Parts: sequence; C-alpha cells; structure tokens
Amino acid sequence: MTLVFDVDHVSRRYLLPRTRMFGPRRTLSAVDDVTFQLHREETLGVVGESGSGKTTLMKLLLGLEKPDTGKITYSGNSLRREVQVVFQDPASALDPRMRVGDIILEPLRVLRIGGDHAARLAELMDAVGLPLAYARRYPHEFSGGQRQRIAIARALAPRPDVLIGDEPVSALDVSVRAQILNLLEDLRVGFQLTLILVSHDLSIVRHMTDRVLVMQHGRVVEEGPTRDVFRAPQHAYTRLLLESIPRLRVRGSRVAQVEQKQSRRD
Amino acid sequence: MESVLRVENLTVSVGRVEVVHHIGFTLGARQRTGLIGESGSGKTLTALAIMGLLNEGLSATGQVIYRGTNLLELTDGEMCGLRGDRLAMIFQEPMTALNPVMKIGDQVAEPLTLHRGLRGKAAHAAALDALARVHLPDPLEKMRQYPHQLSGGQRQRAMIAMATACSPELLIADEPTTALDVTVQAQILDLLVELVEQEGSSLLLITHDLPVVATVCERVLVLYGGHIVEEGDVDEVFSRPRHPYTRALLDAIPPLDEELPDRKLKAIAGSVPGLGEFPPGCPFRNRCPRADDVCVVMPPLADGVACWHPLA
Repeated sequence: MTLVFDVDHVSRRYLLPRTRMFGPRRTLSAVDDVTFQLHREETLGVVGESGSGKTTLMKLLLGLEKPDTGKITYSGNSLRREVQVVFQDPASALDPRMRVGDIILEPLRVLRIGGDHAARLAELMDAVGLPLAYARRYPHEFSGGQRQRIAIARALAPRPDVLIGDEPVSALDVSVRAQILNLLEDLRVGFQLTLILVSHDLSIVRHMTDRVLVMQHGRVVEEGPTRDVFRAPQHAYTRLLLESIPRLRVRGSRVAQVEQKQSRRD
Repeated sequence: MESVLRVENLTVSVGRVEVVHHIGFTLGARQRTGLIGESGSGKTLTALAIMGLLNEGLSATGQVIYRGTNLLELTDGEMCGLRGDRLAMIFQEPMTALNPVMKIGDQVAEPLTLHRGLRGKAAHAAALDALARVHLPDPLEKMRQYPHQLSGGQRQRAMIAMATACSPELLIADEPTTALDVTVQAQILDLLVELVEQEGSSLLLITHDLPVVATVCERVLVLYGGHIVEEGDVDEVFSRPRHPYTRALLDAIPPLDEELPDRKLKAIAGSVPGLGEFPPGCPFRNRCPRADDVCVVMPPLADGVACWHPLA
C-alpha cells in the first residue's frame, strides 16, 4: 500500500480574542497531537461534533493551514493539484456570477493545466451526470443536488488522487443525498480516488468508509476499521455518539425506551 | 380518541400560488405526531398557519379547529391570547428565535407575565422553575445572561422553557434539533418527550429526519409537495410504508447497524421541485417508479395513503 499522507503528532492552536480588556488571550487547540496515516485508495471517515477539529484537520491536509507542531508529509508530487475538496454548501461554494462551465474549468486555468479544455468539460459533466448544455447556465438555475454535482466536477477537473468531502450531503434534501453518495462511490471506484469523508452523520461514514477517526476536542480518541469501531466502540465518547443517534426501527416498546433514556440522563 | 387540534381542508398560498393543498389531520390529546417533509413540502408553512404566524403575502384558508373554534377566524388579539399559552412553538435556530438583547430570565418570564399576570418576584420564581424543568445547568446564573453567552443546546433548552412555561396543550417543534450536535440532539429529544409526558401536552414534531420521528413520535404524517401522502402509526408506516415516496425515503437512508453488500443506496431519481413547481396531480409522480396516466389526478388520502398504486 502506497502512503499518501503521513500525519505525525500534528497540532494547530489558535489564539482566542481577549474576553477582558487586560486579560490574557487564551489559546484553543483545534487539532491536538493528531497522528495517522492514509494510504492510496483508502476511504477514511472523520467523525466528531462541532468544534472537534474535523475542519481544521482538513485545512491542514489541504495546506490551507500550517501545523504549529508536528509534521504532515504528502507523498505525491503536487498537493495543490492532487488533493481536491468538496464543501458542505454548494450554494456558497460556487461563484454566482460565473457560468457552470467556467466554474468547473477554473482549477485548470489556475493550475495552468493545458490540453483540450472543451473535451475535458464534456467528460466531467458526463461523469457527474449533468447534460453538457447546462455548462452555459449559472449556479442559481440549479437545485442543491445539481449544484453539488457541479462542485464535484470542479474538484475532479485537475484529475486529483485524493478527494476530501467535508459534509458533502449535509445541506441536501434527504431524497437527494443517496444520489450524491452513489455518485461519489462511482467516481471513487472509476478514478481510483483516495477518499476522506468528514461528517457528523455516522450512518453515512459507516456506509462509505473502511477506516474511521473519531475526534473530540481536537484529539483523535478512537481510530480503526469502520466496521469494528461501529460494532464494538472502545472509547466512551464513541459509545456516546453511537448511542445518541436516533434509530429508524425501534426495538422493544417505546415506553421502555423512554425510561431507559431517562436513566441515562440522570 | 380525544383530539386537541383538528385541521380540515387547510390551504396555504404564497400570493396566488397554492403551496399547501387542502390538507387535513387530527392531533390526538397527549399524542406525539411527527410531520415529515423535505424543503418545499410545506411543513413549516403548515405549522405557521396553525399558529397564525404567516408572514404578509402568505394566506391560509380552511379550518384549524381548537376547542370548537376555527383559529383562522380569530383576530390577532385573540390569537395572541392563545399563543405561548395554550399553543406554543419551538423553532430550529434558537439564536435567531431568542431576543439577543434580552436576558434569558426576562424572556422566559414574558409568557408568564402575559398569560398568567405574574410580575416581579413571582415571575422570577416561575421562570426559574421553568428553566429548572428543562435541566438547564445553573438556572439562576443563566437567567442573568444573554443568549450569546449560552451554548446551542442551552439556548434550545431556554427556548423550550419559554414555550412550555404555561404548560401548553399543543407544542409545535419545527426542526428543534437540526442545528445541534448529535449528542445534544439526543438530550433535547429526551427532554421534549419528558416534558410533554409530564404536562400531558400534544407534540407536533416537524422534521426531515425519519429516525428522529421514529424515536420520538407515535404517529406520523408524511408531507410531499404540499399534500399529506401517507399517515399512520409510526412503527407501521416505517416497517410497511404504503406510499412509494415513504418507501423511497426509507430506502435512501444508509443503514446504521448492518452493511450493504456493495456501497450502493437506492437513490430517488430527480430532485425536489421548488415551491409551487410540483407537477399537478400526485406531486411525486415525476420521480415515482409506479406512476402512470392516472397519477395526473391527485389521489385522495384514503386508508392512510394518497396513492393510486399503493404498496401492499
């Protein structure tokens, strides 16, 4: 297995604004001593609640933030070209004044990648299941799911090796989410992508990934094969997360369940 | 079964465009009902119409019967007498629903002052009591604080305290946990169930999240394109859905406790049309595998399902 990312005891701290005029500035460890490795064609899930450091960790991987201590080694040639990201909200991730075709091809212009751009655009639109004629339209003419397809096409434009999805379906309607997850899976297999999926939705991470990192307060509290972590969570926080997820099918009577919950809270 | 609210033939329009179409349902006393819908389904408009909170440009016709009166015919003043007292509502984002320049204690005391005539020390004590009931830590301290000083979960607890301060008969919660983390969501859902049980209130829980409805509610209404397409007992509907839309929604959710042989979900074709852009007839017919020519006419809601070709 080829190593893609080697994250070695990485920390990133932020100075918080003063809360009192002459008080000290406190620091926040957004990512605190995180170590893990990512191999080629692996699918890695990162789960945790808001403030757990998921997004900061992704920014560090993308090179948008520098670690204060520790080291991130990327084994490819060009991080900027080979590691691409799809964000949560496609409405704010796409420039409303640009045509869809220009949005999708922008990475090629910025990264000075040559070749037949028209042909590449046709390929990309086809890969994400959008008719080529849509390339002349603007983002506001599309539904949320279609916009996320556009964002995915843009991420694929420079032929990345690693695709990071930062909550890629959280902003979408429930009836559209499965389409986008299926698309990501098709593309992952078709283009042999290494996939990092950041999500607070554990069922999606369970479904899409082989390995998972559970983060809390900037630290990785549990790491392992997704199947094992979900079946037999070792860390108390992972167990709490799994217990907290509402289940679709309820075992036993509802009254018993309510009583059990109340005892949990007390 | 005794009912607390009966909705009949309720239509909500944005300008001239009808977005909720002649819906009807009954909320049972002390019953927890889930209203499931995606964006544009009309779920929030239905709630706002019940509460008499529709913005200008929006109008509701039909009947919302509470204790023999049609709420849609009440004056603003009469509606204000009920709202926050007998009927209360919790919103998705507590940060925008709470007043940012008013202390938590004063906000929670407001309905008690308006509806119970409590002032001064009595109002303070009652507000403190309401905050203690929602298990807000350090309630006395929190009463002196402003919304921005509380965490998201604490703010939602404060809003629930405000909504339940007068022990309403009907509590409507519109996506109360969508903005919260999953562990906090579990606590808030537990709290809602606990409070409505304690007070003997009815709950109408509005959400797009099917598992949330499965954990909290006894009954479920499924809304799509402004029509109730399916209703019934939660366990029955979720284990044997009869409308193709309900079936498709359930199939599209990745299972948490088992693995699919390959990583493919049963996706629903197409996307949710915008407000007022649903096809005439059955709103789901352009995405439905069972649709045919008869679906251009909207099927009536009969035996818990509004479909010409229901699943067995």
